[in-house]
Amino acid sequence: MKRYSAFAVAREALRNHMGWERAWASPEPKKKYDVIIIGAGGHGLATAYYLGKNFGITNVAVLEKGWLGGGNTGRNTTIIRSNYLQDPSAAMYEKSRSLYETLSQDLNYNIMYSPRGVIMLAQTEHEVRGYKRTAHANALQGVTTEFISPQRVKEIVPIINLDGPRYPVLGGLWQARAGTARHDAVAWGFARACSAMGMDIIQKCEVTGISREGGRVTGVSTNRGDIACDKLGIVVAGHSGHLADMAGFRLPIESVSLQALVSEPIKPCMDCVVMANTVHGYMSQSDKGEMVIGGGTDGYNNYTQRGAFHHIEETVRALVETFPMISRLKMLRQWGGIVDVTGDRSPILSKTPVEGVFINCGWGTGGFKATPGSGWGFAELMAKGHSPLCNEFGLNRFKEGRFIDESVAAGVAH
Amino acid sequence: MLILTCPCCGVTAEETEFHGGGEAHVTRFGPGSSEDDFHGYLFEKVNPKGVHFERWRHNNGCGKWFHAARCTVTLEVFGTYSAQTTEPPQDIKDKISAKRPGWSWREFA
Ligand SMILES: Cc1cc2nc3c(=O)[nH]c(=O)nc-3n(C[C@H](O)[C@H](O)[C@H](O)COP(=O)(O)OP(=O)(O)OC[C@H]3O[C@@H](n4cnc5c(N)ncnc54)[C@H](O)[C@@H]3O)c2cc1C
Ligand SMILES: [Zn+2]
Repeated sequence: MKRYSAFAVAREALRNHMGWERAWASPEPKKKYDVIIIGAGGHGLATAYYLGKNFGITNVAVLEKGWLGGGNTGRNTTIIRSNYLQDPSAAMYEKSRSLYETLSQDLNYNIMYSPRGVIMLAQTEHEVRGYKRTAHANALQGVTTEFISPQRVKEIVPIINLDGPRYPVLGGLWQARAGTARHDAVAWGFARACSAMGMDIIQKCEVTGISREGGRVTGVSTNRGDIACDKLGIVVAGHSGHLADMAGFRLPIESVSLQALVSEPIKPCMDCVVMANTVHGYMSQSDKGEMVIGGGTDGYNNYTQRGAFHHIEETVRALVETFPMISRLKMLRQWGGIVDVTGDRSPILSKTPVEGVFINCGWGTGGFKATPGSGWGFAELMAKGHSPLCNEFGLNRFKEGRFIDESVAAGVAH
Repeated sequence: MLILTCPCCGVTAEETEFHGGGEAHVTRFGPGSSEDDFHGYLFEKVNPKGVHFERWRHNNGCGKWFHAARCTVTLEVFGTYSAQTTEPPQDIKDKISAKRPGWSWREFA
């Protein structure tokens, strides 16, 4: 792998850019791997990357039914924050956020991490109390957040309307080192680094069956033939239930479509992320100038990658009340992703009833922010059988009643 | 956008008039049951990609509960039927078989 650098840009400029290599190889699948990861989204690729980097396991294949990063990794609104309530979540999301800080250098790939700050607006008395509680919890967890006044909110976001009409802004939970990153680049950067370590990323390779012998995984069937493995990681987000079915177990997960939309590009007007959970909408501005808007989840299971039409109206209505200046913006694109939602709105990073099969799922509406941290912990779990970062996120927590309840903190999809 | 027909009052309307109530035909296990049964009842979802059976409520209409059979990929509704049953009726199963030969869902096929 040739390194990207200012020198490389200058060198290529002098020879008509003929020397750039492909960022990753497209090999044919081998007969057997030590580890197979199903799903080349951010979490699957990050898992492979840290398996190689932290544990020296590089005989790894990442199998992807479509193109890499084409699932939720390429469909999210890129918010990165770690102001959760429960300790296991704070540990996981803050680990991830801190890995994001240096990920571009680490991968030698510009993922455009932009710690521009995230405000979660408090628009009811309950939210004021809830966010103050979160700020206190964050202080104990070592996550830097603060509860700020409406005046501070207005200073940070001049285009906001503080007075309602229905829900005035009463304050906000502010995390200054939260922000956004380029989602595709996260997938591409990990893929390039994995390929450079000799791992095989195999696109257009759909897993259609999981073979077992005596309760242990032996490999997978795919549209490109059978491939054997010692360990299998299922990292397929919305398709987790479908893959679990192939392996013969069920999950506490329902898949629904979550949608987002972007406006036409306009001049810079908002340099942070604002989330308004009570009215249900959130917005940031991309580097291209588009307003990036997060919508709602459908109220019933589906695999449509589209989302119900009426959610667009609900979301836009909420945001026009909060940001009156956007009322005349045209929307350019709308899309959906299939998110894997658990009852306590926390992920599952776990061993499974099938020996050798591990699952990383349940990130639902908010797992982009967790991509490097999840890969870090899940790689450790797959390599060593346990990981401090993942311990609390096991499948057994449902049976044992140890929920990690983030449904309040994650009142809005992000 | 889903369009459902409420079998209780006969109204056909868009999904905004209804509310999804989750997986249908779930056997409820109570306090005396085994941990596995209770856990299965509470948490283990089929979450299928394809044919699915669900409970729905006509909450902005007659207010009654009913069942729906539909496809989670195409959003096609195969049919709706009474809430007072523990399994999908034969005519609904026939309609599904006509469109999705070889389908199965939990113990039904
Ligand atoms: C509209 C929207 C907005 C969001 N906004 C945010 C946000 O602002 N902040 C945030 O933190 N999170 C957000 N999220 C959530 C976030 O996108 C996801 O939690 C995260 O990207 C999941 O990553 P992943 O790698 O697990 O899944 P994915 O990127 O979905 O990757 C899974 C991959 O598995 C592949 N796959 C599935 N089945 C098979 C098979 N049988 N064989 C082979 N491959 C298979 C899929 O094709 C897919 O590429 C949002 C999600 C959506 C949809
Ligand atoms: Zn009715």
